Amino acid sequence: MKVTLNGESVQLPEHITFVSDVLKHYNIHEKIVVVEVNGKILSRLEHENTRLADNDRIEIVHFVGGG
Amino acid sequence: MISRYSRQELFSPIGKNGQKKISSSHVLIIGAGALGSGSAEALVRAGIGRLTIVDRDYVEWSNLQRQQLYSEEDAKNRLPKAIAAKNRLHAINSSVEIEAMVADASVQELEAWASKFDLIIDATDNFETRMIINDVSQKYGVPWIYGACVGSYGISYTFIPEKTPCLACLLETVPLGGLTCDTAGIISPAVSMVVSYQISEALKILVGDLDSLRGKLVSFDLWKNQFSAVNVDSLKKEDCPSCGATRSYPFLSFENQTKTAVLCGRNTVQIRPPQTADRDLEALETILIQQGRVVQRNPFLLSFQVDPYRMVVFKDGRVLIHGTKDVSEAKSLYHRYLG
Repeated sequence: MKVTLNGESVQLPEHITFVSDVLKHYNIHEKIVVVEVNGKILSRLEHENTRLADNDRIEIVHFVGGG
Repeated sequence: MISRYSRQELFSPIGKNGQKKISSSHVLIIGAGALGSGSAEALVRAGIGRLTIVDRDYVEWSNLQRQQLYSEEDAKNRLPKAIAAKNRLHAINSSVEIEAMVADASVQELEAWASKFDLIIDATDNFETRMIINDVSQKYGVPWIYGACVGSYGISYTFIPEKTPCLACLLETVPLGGLTCDTAGIISPAVSMVVSYQISEALKILVGDLDSLRGKLVSFDLWKNQFSAVNVDSLKKEDCPSCGATRSYPFLSFENQTKTAVLCGRNTVQIRPPQTADRDLEALETILIQQGRVVQRNPFLLSFQVDPYRMVVFKDGRVLIHGTKDVSEAKSLYHRYLG
């Protein structure tokens, strides 16, 4: 499926269905993230059951500590 | 004589009136590393009235690549960062009153200082201190600006008490064991970018132009050419223990603080996080090996050398730092390598 991720057009692999799959795919599933899909912020529980579709606009922000 | 601030006064959202406000403001910067150096220099050049900068560390050679206030001389002399920063800042703008504190900014210090400041700038390297800043900000009604960076990635958010969600709303749990500048590296443009976001927001707050605040959680990756700005207003929680209706400021309580103890006669400091953690020792080993460190690991603990210290990390989150009796030095190493 083709989505816009943080402003960039990205082709996601076949096996990806849910938001949580995207987080695993990019290896950030263990980080603390804020995810927005088509302008709506998801709660952490919604990562598991929010299905993605073609042309979705996804923003993923992960928190880091360095400074 | 043309004022040294003439170009800033010509910028109409600031103007002469805004400059007056800037020059009567008092800002606290917590941390004098990369972000703290950048923010301090920008605010001092902008002509704030008073700056308090606090740091527990001293200047090392590996800082010079990005920590813009420091020189080789400072690294040679192992000067405390707060002192080296003050010296350089005074040379840049002698009309700003600069207070340098060589200290570990923890609950007692921050509670005692907070109400004096118009604004707190986060330039720390760990979430433990940020959760304390967050509670202090809510308790005393002082805005604070989160900023952090690792590699080519950076992130920032402006917390306004009673208006925006707070850090506890955004995080839900305190991140443990993330990548740090001492494990994943950092390039200086990522630092400058975060500083630019933080100080733009700082100037808006100091001149009272709150309508112009960004209002979004911003993040970017300068190497991967990514950018994102997300409105997180909906994450504000009514029942948040730090900013909700019945708040208890949990991170100011003793139970939620990281405990340290000097182990007698062993030249060792033990650091114990507030909650028992389940550290992923295997993942930590991978990161450390990538850095070329020699790591020993068994199912219970992992041990590695950061000359002249040795750090031993237990699965339950405890860490022993051998080679020092100095608690703030030990905490500094802990946050630099373990997040």
